[in-house]
Amino acid sequence: MRLINRHPNPRLARVLTASPFVAVAVVYVIASTIRHAANPDDKLLPTIAQMGAAMWRMAAQQDMESGDYLMLNDTIVSLQRLLLGLGISLAVSFAIGVSVGMIPYLKRLFVPFINAFSMVPPLAILPILFIVAGIGETAKVSLIVLGTAPYMIRDLILRVEELPRPQIIKAQTLGAGDWQIALRVVVPQMLPRLIDSLRLSLGPAWLYLISAEAIAAENGLGYRIFLVRRYFAMDIILPYVAWITLLAFFADLGLRWLQHAAFPWFAGARAQ
Amino acid sequence: MSVLAVRDVWKLYHGRPVLERINAEIGEGSFVAVVGPSGCGKTTFLRMLMSEERPDRGAILLDGLPLPLEPTHDRGVVFQRYSVFPHLTVLGNVVLPLEFARSRRLGKLFGIAKQRAEEEARTMLEDVGLTGAAPLYPAALSGGMQQRLALAQALIRRPRVLLLDEPFSALDPGTRADIHALMKRLWRETQMTIVMVTHDISEAFRLGTRVLVFERPPVQPDGAQGGAVVTHDIKVHERNIDKLQSRRATPTGDGPGAVSVTSRDDLATA
Repeated sequence: MRLINRHPNPRLARVLTASPFVAVAVVYVIASTIRHAANPDDKLLPTIAQMGAAMWRMAAQQDMESGDYLMLNDTIVSLQRLLLGLGISLAVSFAIGVSVGMIPYLKRLFVPFINAFSMVPPLAILPILFIVAGIGETAKVSLIVLGTAPYMIRDLILRVEELPRPQIIKAQTLGAGDWQIALRVVVPQMLPRLIDSLRLSLGPAWLYLISAEAIAAENGLGYRIFLVRRYFAMDIILPYVAWITLLAFFADLGLRWLQHAAFPWFAGARAQ
Repeated sequence: MSVLAVRDVWKLYHGRPVLERINAEIGEGSFVAVVGPSGCGKTTFLRMLMSEERPDRGAILLDGLPLPLEPTHDRGVVFQRYSVFPHLTVLGNVVLPLEFARSRRLGKLFGIAKQRAEEEARTMLEDVGLTGAAPLYPAALSGGMQQRLALAQALIRRPRVLLLDEPFSALDPGTRADIHALMKRLWRETQMTIVMVTHDISEAFRLGTRVLVFERPPVQPDGAQGGAVVTHDIKVHERNIDKLQSRRATPTGDGPGAVSVTSRDDLATA
């Protein structure tokens, strides 16, 4: 039988899914054990116990200086920046994407500009943001917005244009005006697609958040990683990276669930 | 007076004619079927009737007035595909036109107004045999049911003219026969004027009171080709309920436009 026609049974499928994760963990533990056998003070590959102890300090014990639970504090601060940036991005791109996608005059006016603007590398203008907005929250949130909004706007314009033309004609023959078409035909069909767009933007959003925090911040997950790098504190860095990954993973999962629950028609419509 | 008057209409694409000298007077309550081989411009003709395209020459009049420049609610349409809104339930799809009419700003009704619109929509759904499907989304419907829904949606605001763009082409024969019967009944009950484009010649003669045949002249040796013209204008039958109920009406030829049965079969295979 051809490989393309062979499927694992459910049990084997679960084993296959788990195996790369297990493999990475096993390889890590072995490598770490070897290094620690050679040099008990090895910092590069901390043992699971060392990482556990470091996490206990970061997550469950108050910082001596500030009295904060550092990991919790870092998480809250970072998520605030992320959500604020993505929220602004979402609102801006939805308004621009739908109106530009629908109205030919706006398309002529904005699409070439948006396309050109989206080529600006956001990190290259980070210094400008720091100069203009200072090193406070505004600059970090702005970086996330500048990094994600152009993509989301372009994506949404394309999605609006993708709506079958017969649908738009049909709406007009049913007596709908511009506003009515926007509110009853275009917007409801764009909302689930906006979730897709948001899911794809999560990665870049984290990238810009951590970059901004690495360069200028007093707290946040990215700040912490770049701070403890100075002491080679891999026992903090590695769990922090895993924690960020986990947060991103659950955000993605949550969005997928939201799409499914809030727009039950979307899966069927997409299949057609 | 005719509902739709098409007067010497030409349509060019990149300077080449696609349609030439199209003339047709479409009377109140008639069911005009437009047939022709693919690429003959019959869909272009229909798109002009729905104001999605404009003629390069000539004029189209609706009730004696020039056709509006954009699609309006006096001309309903049913397309072969994408005719209904995937994000609305069956009921929602039929309520929507009423909401457009009654809520100019939001296009959405609430409370008692909404209930009343839903009652009207349910009556319409019953008429097309979709009562049980009201809470479903279109993706859950078969092709035939989707087209029934598209008809219900197009008819609920009682358009002056109904334009059909190969509405039943994608359906299997059994479903198509059912929906033909429904189409005939709706047409009879509503006294509506219908223009239907189809490549199915038997469908055209089964449903139409009149069949317009579009055909393009053959390509010249130098590569030039003229636009399609109306080669035959066949009066199938008068609007007459008794005759409609007979299984298949006999075409009655009138004048030079009349053609024999054999040539019709030729067209069917074209």
